[in-house]
Amino acid sequence: MLAYTIRRFGQSFIVLVFMSFLVFVGVYAIGNPVELLVNPQADEAERIRATAALGLDKPFLEQYWGFLKGAAKGDLGKSFVFNVPALTLILEKLPATIELAFVAMVIAISLGIPLGLVAGLKPDSFIGRGIMAGSIMGFSLPTFWVGLVLIMIFSVHLGWLPSNGRGETVLVAGIPVSFLTMDGIAHLAMPATNLALFKLSLLIRLTRAGTREAVLQDYVKFARAKGLPQRRVIGVHVLKNILIPIVTVIGLELGSVIAFAIVTESIFAWPGTGKLLIDSINQLDRPVIVAYLLVIVSLFVVINFVVDVLYSLLDPRVRLGGAAAAH
Amino acid sequence: MSGPPLLSVDGLRMHFFTKAGVVKAVDDVSFSVGRGRILGLVGESGSGKSMTGYSVMGLIDPPGRLVGGRIVFDGQDLTRLDASAWRRLRGNRIAMIFQDPMMTLNPVLRIDTQIVETIRAHADVSRESALARAREALARVGIPSPDERLRAYPHQFSGGMRQRVAIAIALVNHPDVIIADEPTTALDVTIQGQILFEMQKLCRETGAALIWITHDLSVIAGLADEVCVMYAGRVVESGTVAEVIERPLHPYTRGLIDSVPSRNERGRPLRQIPGMTPSLLELAPGCPFRERCARASAACAESPAVTEPAPGRRLRCFHPVDA
Repeated sequence: MLAYTIRRFGQSFIVLVFMSFLVFVGVYAIGNPVELLVNPQADEAERIRATAALGLDKPFLEQYWGFLKGAAKGDLGKSFVFNVPALTLILEKLPATIELAFVAMVIAISLGIPLGLVAGLKPDSFIGRGIMAGSIMGFSLPTFWVGLVLIMIFSVHLGWLPSNGRGETVLVAGIPVSFLTMDGIAHLAMPATNLALFKLSLLIRLTRAGTREAVLQDYVKFARAKGLPQRRVIGVHVLKNILIPIVTVIGLELGSVIAFAIVTESIFAWPGTGKLLIDSINQLDRPVIVAYLLVIVSLFVVINFVVDVLYSLLDPRVRLGGAAAAH
Repeated sequence: MSGPPLLSVDGLRMHFFTKAGVVKAVDDVSFSVGRGRILGLVGESGSGKSMTGYSVMGLIDPPGRLVGGRIVFDGQDLTRLDASAWRRLRGNRIAMIFQDPMMTLNPVLRIDTQIVETIRAHADVSRESALARAREALARVGIPSPDERLRAYPHQFSGGMRQRVAIAIALVNHPDVIIADEPTTALDVTIQGQILFEMQKLCRETGAALIWITHDLSVIAGLADEVCVMYAGRVVESGTVAEVIERPLHPYTRGLIDSVPSRNERGRPLRQIPGMTPSLLELAPGCPFRERCARASAACAESPAVTEPAPGRRLRCFHPVDA
């Protein structure tokens, strides 16, 4: 287990270095941020001074090496635009995004798995077909459009829910959260639903497919032959078997929900990292872009690791460490 | 045999109502079995023998449906029970063992969980006493160090051991009727022999009635007291094992017996029944075996009625084989 963990994190470290290099190259190729940062009326001397101040006068590889040296000490550089550490900037915005993503995933999981089970157990019934039709809508309607329609209905016409911001927040362990106040929940409801919709549809389909396959298995028939109540046959025998693909997808989707909440955050003016990233890309604020991506990749690494551990808990046939542990 | 039989199935019909038409998987099947007795249900794949077993268990799923007949168990007609009353009988008073031990145990649950849940589904007992009974059940079917094995997962057992576990689960609530659906087909011959022997012994000891479903007449010959030969959803011949095997009356039974390899006929090509089992979908009336039967005549275009050529023997044929 320990060797496995060390190896996993070693691999992740290589991924992080490689990815930061790609982003460096990418942003370097797009253009010169100095053009956007200095006053258009500034003279050549001032441009050179600004370029030198940001360290952009050095050769590319030297810039990257400087970044790596800083990163090793936990310093991912200062934002060109705000002149504060990029990491601080991101960590300030990250809780809002993570909160939004988690609430969205909770909605998707708590509705998606039960609805998928129902649709899988009664595939030909009216309700089973209805759930599937709904999930097709969830899949095919674009997020931004659904967001706009939600605002139209609930904010403009009905006036029930606010359309932007986080609302009232309270501090939990020094981190502001919205979901503990009524006002915060009202602000969360629409963006979280909007963000959850696609994942919800995905989970419904995944659960349904798994259920349909599992109910045909002999172990389900045997469980019924033992006289177990239906809820135990479904809730334990079927569910535990289909949970493995579901946990994988939840893990992957949790990462992507955090990383790509950008559209929803933009529509509902949710003060998270998505907005920050878009602004940083527009202003070629390389340290912030790089730091953002590193944070997101790290999140993916941690989530995938947790998913792997969950596998071994769910399925006794899975042993962590693969070939190495088998010897 | 004294008194009414423990389980008697009378004119059972179970049909599948598919889009392509009605499949008469079980079509007028009757048999009965008493305490401590072993009944063999023999037939080829698709003869309806497993579906008969599932019908008795109440495990028929749509589009399948019981359309007629009675299943009288211990004085009550199971076909009149509601779903929850039938559930309380399953695994408690009527148990079933399945064919493939690799598939019947849930791969992600420990053995103790799978046994304890069977006990606690039918009796309000503590987990500790259920565990003690689970341990006993494993020991009874010959699993060494049951304490250790209780905490194992199915993939840590061999095929034969898994089938023993499945049998232990089926027997744990001391059922009155056990339906065994080809439980030894997927096993080695040596393991098959052990399991057959032990099942026979357990039934004799506990007085449970055993219905053994198989395609293998030679298994039935050594195990069962009575046998029903099934073809295309019907019982074509039944009687005691000794009589049916020594003096088969139905041409199909005769064909089955002739297809069993025998030591006396070494080197000779095996005799086989020509043709295949007919599709049960919209099966034409008449004897379903007539297409493959050397003795068939014009009369066979009508369904033969059940006759009783000798006491305790039943037959569904116009042209029985001469003794």
